[in-house]
Amino acid sequence: MNYLQEALIEAFKLIINLDRELLDVVTTSLRLSVTSTLIAALPGILLGIIISRNNFGGKKVINVILNTLLGLPTVVVGLFVYSLISRRGPLGELDMLFSIRGIILGQIILILPIIIALSRNAIHDIDDKMYKTAISMGATRLQQFKLLLAEARYGISGALIAAFGRVIGEIGVSMMLGGNIRGVTRTITTAMAMETNKGRFGFGLALGLILLTIAFLVNFGVYYLQAGESSV
Amino acid sequence: MKKGLFLLFILTLLLMVSVIPVAAEERLVMATTTSTENSGLLAELLPPFEEKFDVRVDVVAVGTGKAINLAQNGDADVILVHARPAEDKFVEEGYGVNRRDVMFNDFVILGPKDDPADIAGMKDAIAAYKKIAESKSEFISRGDDSGTNKKELSIWTKAAIRPEGSWYLETGQGMGASINVANEKEAYIMADRGTYLAYSGDIELEILVSGDEILFNPYGIIPVNPAMYSHLNYQMAMALVGYITSQQGQKIINEYTKYGKQLFHPSAILPENIK
Repeated sequence: MNYLQEALIEAFKLIINLDRELLDVVTTSLRLSVTSTLIAALPGILLGIIISRNNFGGKKVINVILNTLLGLPTVVVGLFVYSLISRRGPLGELDMLFSIRGIILGQIILILPIIIALSRNAIHDIDDKMYKTAISMGATRLQQFKLLLAEARYGISGALIAAFGRVIGEIGVSMMLGGNIRGVTRTITTAMAMETNKGRFGFGLALGLILLTIAFLVNFGVYYLQAGESSV
Repeated sequence: MKKGLFLLFILTLLLMVSVIPVAAEERLVMATTTSTENSGLLAELLPPFEEKFDVRVDVVAVGTGKAINLAQNGDADVILVHARPAEDKFVEEGYGVNRRDVMFNDFVILGPKDDPADIAGMKDAIAAYKKIAESKSEFISRGDDSGTNKKELSIWTKAAIRPEGSWYLETGQGMGASINVANEKEAYIMADRGTYLAYSGDIELEILVSGDEILFNPYGIIPVNPAMYSHLNYQMAMALVGYITSQQGQKIINEYTKYGKQLFHPSAILPENIK
């Protein structure tokens, strides 16, 4: 018990004093997660719309594959991308392993299915009438796209937030592709694993608290968006 | 409208943090073991080198087996590891060149106070391993192909025992995590002294066997052969070898202490010759 108390006290001290190492790790994590979410957003939403709004052969198969990929284990993505970007792999020339870019590539692959599937659902759920009216009035493709985005904005924002939540809390991709390099690719989760391994539970716990806070803020954002929806 | 502004604000904030600075710095990738990185030594040893040569050393801390594997794939420029037979094989196969001794410390055998295998105070690690196996006392193995794991397996081989059965548990995790498992299960484990010291305040396990020659734990540094991969930063890797085995590097290793104890002993230059 005493042990947990000590760790908690150290954790709060680190957070209150804005420990540099701690800040470094937190900003790296935020930067990575935001970047991968933003990059994955456009293709993800577009594909979600295409799948939802078009009927084509093999659509069922695609949906099944997509739903399977939702729970993609991070180590599988890590291993797959590792074999691609290792010097012996086909993309070895790009020098991406153990760099920020490597992690981002892995994270994009990890969350693309989430964004596609959730925006597909969001588009699927909106009222068809308005969309059909718009088409009958001769809306261009771009106008149709904008309309869909506007109608499904809460669902799509939810998709992006879910994707962000997935990447900020994942460790498999960051560890395998980033290598937990101090000051460069060390993220909240890889630092937690390492510090715990070193016996510095206070530091690990401080990071855990920060991760929880971020998760709370993200969920608060979701709640805020949903509240917005019900007041419309 | 208010909501739109709020969203815009959040989005701008996100974009601001997401801007990635373009690193124009030269970089050197060093694959090493968790024990060296976790000890904090590298944070003292590397910055003077980075400053002098205007280079960023990216330390990837994995087990020795993985570090060698990364180097073989051309994913590291230089390795700092501890498993002499594997290092020699690495050089013989042409992957590594110009290996140098850097430093050493030692392994210790930890166990619970009541010591069911009755090995406390023994000087012979092989005999101690035999007693653990005979009494079927729980033993925790890293099981992760790390330098420590390789050493542990080599001792079992010398004891002519194939460790298996319900008493032999492989964690597949790092040293610290494995010590924790051993502590919770009141089992025996072999650990490097540095990691043990880091944990000594929080665990019940004690050092039962130490000082055997077989428990000697030397570290070597090996640049990856530039003939293998053209992109390797061989020049800088050699500069790092030069620095770590120089007076300056060896002095930092010699003077590095944690928990009031010296963790590593320099071996490129004899301690008495370090100025």
